[in-house]
Amino acid sequence: MSEFVTLTIDGKEVKAPVGSTVLEAAKSAGINIPTLCFLKGINEIGACRMCVVDVGARSLQAACMYPVAEGLKVVTNSPEIREARRVTLELILSSHEKKCLSCVRSLNCELQKLAQELNIHDIRFEGELQHYPIDDLSHSIVRDPNKCILCRRCVSVCKNVQTVSAIETVDRGYKTIVASPFHMPLKDTPCVNCGQCIVACPTGALREKNSTEKVWDALNNKDLHVVVQTAPAVRAAIGEEFGYAIGTPVTGKMVAALKKLGFAKVFDTDTAADLTIMEEGTELVDRIKNNGVLPMITSCSPGWIKFCEHFYPDMLDNLSTCKSPQNMFGAVLKSYYADKMGIDPAKIFVVSVMPCTAKKYEAERPELASTGYPDVDEVITTRELAQMIREAGIDFRNLEDEEFDDPMGEATGAGVIFGATGGVMEAALRSLPFLLTGKDDDNIDINVVRGTDGIKEAELEIDGLKVKAAVAHGLGNARKLLDKVKAGEAEYHFIEIMACPGGCVCGGGQPIQPASVRNDMNLMAERAKALYQEDQSLTYRKSHQNPRVLKMYEEYFEKPGGHKSHKLLHTHYVARENYPEK
Amino acid sequence: MVYRSHVLICNGTGCTASKAPELMARLEKALAEKGIEKEVKIVKTGCFGLCEKGPIMVVYPEGATYCHVMPDDIDEIVNEHLVKGRIVKRLLLGDKDVEDVAKSLDNVGFFNRQVRIALRNCGVINPEVIDEYIAKDGYAALAKALTEMTPQQVIDEIKKSGLRGRGGGGFPTGMKWQFAANQVSDQKYVCCNADEGDPGAFMDRSILEGDPHTVIEAMAIAGYAIGANQGYIYVRAEYPIAVQRLNIAIKQAREYGLLGKNIFGTDFSFDLDIRLGAGAFVCGEETALMTSIDGHRGEPRTRPPFPAVKGLWGKPTILNNVETYANIPVILLKGADWFNTIGTEKSKGTKVFAIGGKINNTGLVEIPMGMTLREVIYDIGGGIPKGKKFKAAQTGGPSGGCIPASHIDVPIDYDNLLELGSMMGSGGMIIMDEDNCMVDIAKFFLEFTVDESCGKCPPCRIGTKRMYEILDRITSGKGEEGDIEKLELLAKNIKQSALCGLGQTAPNPVLSTLRYFRDEYEAHVKEHRCPAGVCRAMLKYYIIPDKCKGCSLCSKKCPVGAISGEVKKPFVIDQSKCIKCGVCMDTCKFAAIEKK
Repeated sequence: MSEFVTLTIDGKEVKAPVGSTVLEAAKSAGINIPTLCFLKGINEIGACRMCVVDVGARSLQAACMYPVAEGLKVVTNSPEIREARRVTLELILSSHEKKCLSCVRSLNCELQKLAQELNIHDIRFEGELQHYPIDDLSHSIVRDPNKCILCRRCVSVCKNVQTVSAIETVDRGYKTIVASPFHMPLKDTPCVNCGQCIVACPTGALREKNSTEKVWDALNNKDLHVVVQTAPAVRAAIGEEFGYAIGTPVTGKMVAALKKLGFAKVFDTDTAADLTIMEEGTELVDRIKNNGVLPMITSCSPGWIKFCEHFYPDMLDNLSTCKSPQNMFGAVLKSYYADKMGIDPAKIFVVSVMPCTAKKYEAERPELASTGYPDVDEVITTRELAQMIREAGIDFRNLEDEEFDDPMGEATGAGVIFGATGGVMEAALRSLPFLLTGKDDDNIDINVVRGTDGIKEAELEIDGLKVKAAVAHGLGNARKLLDKVKAGEAEYHFIEIMACPGGCVCGGGQPIQPASVRNDMNLMAERAKALYQEDQSLTYRKSHQNPRVLKMYEEYFEKPGGHKSHKLLHTHYVARENYPEK
Repeated sequence: MVYRSHVLICNGTGCTASKAPELMARLEKALAEKGIEKEVKIVKTGCFGLCEKGPIMVVYPEGATYCHVMPDDIDEIVNEHLVKGRIVKRLLLGDKDVEDVAKSLDNVGFFNRQVRIALRNCGVINPEVIDEYIAKDGYAALAKALTEMTPQQVIDEIKKSGLRGRGGGGFPTGMKWQFAANQVSDQKYVCCNADEGDPGAFMDRSILEGDPHTVIEAMAIAGYAIGANQGYIYVRAEYPIAVQRLNIAIKQAREYGLLGKNIFGTDFSFDLDIRLGAGAFVCGEETALMTSIDGHRGEPRTRPPFPAVKGLWGKPTILNNVETYANIPVILLKGADWFNTIGTEKSKGTKVFAIGGKINNTGLVEIPMGMTLREVIYDIGGGIPKGKKFKAAQTGGPSGGCIPASHIDVPIDYDNLLELGSMMGSGGMIIMDEDNCMVDIAKFFLEFTVDESCGKCPPCRIGTKRMYEILDRITSGKGEEGDIEKLELLAKNIKQSALCGLGQTAPNPVLSTLRYFRDEYEAHVKEHRCPAGVCRAMLKYYIIPDKCKGCSLCSKKCPVGAISGEVKKPFVIDQSKCIKCGVCMDTCKFAAIEKK
């Protein structure tokens, strides 16, 4: 039972829990106070001064930070307050590069929206603009400081949520800028390319490295056989770009749109997810039976992999050697599929649609080209795919549902839930009894690893063996978990780590939801619902039951962990110094 | 060892810069040459305050105060004064012909109008020798607090004294301590703000350099009062002498058991560490200072929670300024009632001011609250150089404002200064005369704030920049109709909306000059004229026809060929070509060129 206080907001008595803020109390009373820098749970610093209210103090106070108190009298709307907010916003706009018409965030820009809401049509205080170079050297992320309004959401998410700290606020006064240490390009920092900064950014100061032109070029090239694979989380969120409610799965329309765009085949990365479970599960069984390095940690998330290489280089042996589903699929397409279809792998151009910006970096890793060709040729994010669909004039909402193509079209529910935190673990635990004992059991839904708690634990008894598992999402949680493991405070057989909070459904390449949405709902849980819903509807829900995967082993890979698997489906990692001397 | 003479040499930052260390070395050498090095003791002291006259040297037992002492004067002082007992009158400060040399300063207003509490030991003791501090009742207040008083009694005494924070805000010190004392926590901290940053203010530096133990003693008392066993002194790295002497003092205090475990055999343990500031002005703001000690970029955060509830590492913390602490031991020893006899109704005690600008006696003075500005300027400061007219005094640094000549008789205390649109601040006081342009002064302070804004909130980061740009435009002769109103609009909203005290007070220099000198702003904007003749872009040079002999010299010297005329007839300056370099004025032998 939490205690309540009574305060007055705009003349109205409001009850609010002790410890809540004026912003929250006002919201509960139906009063919307404008915010800009505030991103609940991530960036609560009262910096932007848009939410100023009068609490009877010497100056106006930030409602997002001001705690409620018994008898507090708050005014949220008066000529003085409206003027203060407008002046502040005009000042922000006066230092912002206003190339709105051609901005990637046009119409989805929180600054633009606020300017409309506050009725700003003229900026009275124009003055010097800073001109900064754009950092587009990273494979994944482009930083344009000219559009940065210094709200610091990116800094907070990078430092506090992901514990990477690749960027910070540097310099002072009007020269203040968000930058990496010594203004290095992001690619030379321990940035893990997770893109959480992008989805936190209210403006166009951060965006993915755009690959749509390269994909259009490939589609136009008649010599190429251009195929596409889509990760599970994409179908759970791309609908948001076309006006669907958050959490609406639009798999069939997405497939139809991809076909309309001209891809020769549209495949489901989930098939490779099932393949991953076969390989990874087998690897785990091998490690358990043969005293291998434990705990084994998943390797699906390229942001997590780079994080591990930078911050836990002593734990690289704990990483599963399995390639991520994206790259497994690429390698399969350029080996098994090429063989089967009689296509020269040199002519196969693999495009991935991913909820992830780190996948762009992963695709460029030189070791991920075990067929002699890069596993994956181009990666576009969910957002970029939506952009291509719009650009092609496809009426997404009115498309008839279509199905993924064979021979790798059919996946299991286990593959689908890969997109949510705990999904890989659940998929693995669904198949582990079979892989460990050769016998299946009845367990399907393993609820204990679902949900959005930062760290989740599970224990499963299989044939007398107590398998201990843990799941962490968000790299800050991963750090906590790994530090416990390293300190000997916790022991597990298997750990799932996803770089992004919520897992892939909230990846850095997903549709950007503004703070006004994120502050009031659990976006991670809502998007995950779409995946669990699809999982429920599928015939096969355990990876080892996937007939396509079984056929693949029969026709080509022989067995999980076999010779061909090792060559094509597994990889290795390198320890990376954070700031190597050059 | 007994000495027949003591020679005190100021080793504050000012005198150190004017060769005090060389004086010390020369003196040692000269004494040795005369074989009297065992009879005369050299004492390295902190600042005497009158930096204008430094280096300063005082010879006891006579009490002769020598000023502007140069290394070459040493032999004479040794030969005449120390060997032969004859005062070197030419170097004396004050009356040179008094019978008793110790009275030479009696008529020097700079000294005799001061009441030195915080500065009591500065220039008197060797700050590097703890015994000298102890000899001046040092650590007696701590002993009294620990052995005779409860923590609450200590707080009550400070409350009763009416002491208010000397760092700027003037918050009652006792109340601050009470808030922290009331918190229940496994750990509390005591901090000292020695991140003095107002342009021209150096009282904290002087205290740390001249009497570091007083701060240590006061912090230990504060620790006892609120229940903290650890303190931090946040001192700017640009104060190397202060840091060095603090380090020495902390080491000595530990050796004497005055810091550490079970002080004076009681249950109370307390220790201190130094944290160096990296030169950000904003780190003088309490939450920014603590964020910096915590190990982050020094930036303020929103309050509440206040530091007394959540400060360093989220624990209850008090933060007081150096000068505030310097008052504490005296208050405990002499009592709150005594302290109450000094000052005004709501501002008790004294305040140290660093007087600078257009004033004869530049330096550091400690005056009782309630003294008028006139007394400070004319009695203590020795008036305005060259007989110029006093125009305004700027107090409170970049957060403060100007007090115009019309208010010269207002008693100086916290509330009066606020009412006049300025503030006490940390005690910087810049005197301006008729030759100062008030728009230019406002621009100067704004430029400082623009540079020193931490960049966290837009009103301060962008707003002060835009205000500066407008002021720059106005002082460049490009002011536009509406600029003054824009300044006012920005100022009002920055004050209301900025996150911390630095931003909220940043517009004050503009607001206060607008309040008292709006006509100067209007002259700049509407007539493109700088009444004080400071803003160069608006100056015009004219040849006075009656005085011009037509020698053509100015015309030859003008670098842009703006001056023409017929020889032996008055020349004329073409204003469209003139770049206002002033060469013509310097060249003219007949004072026939004026600027206005």
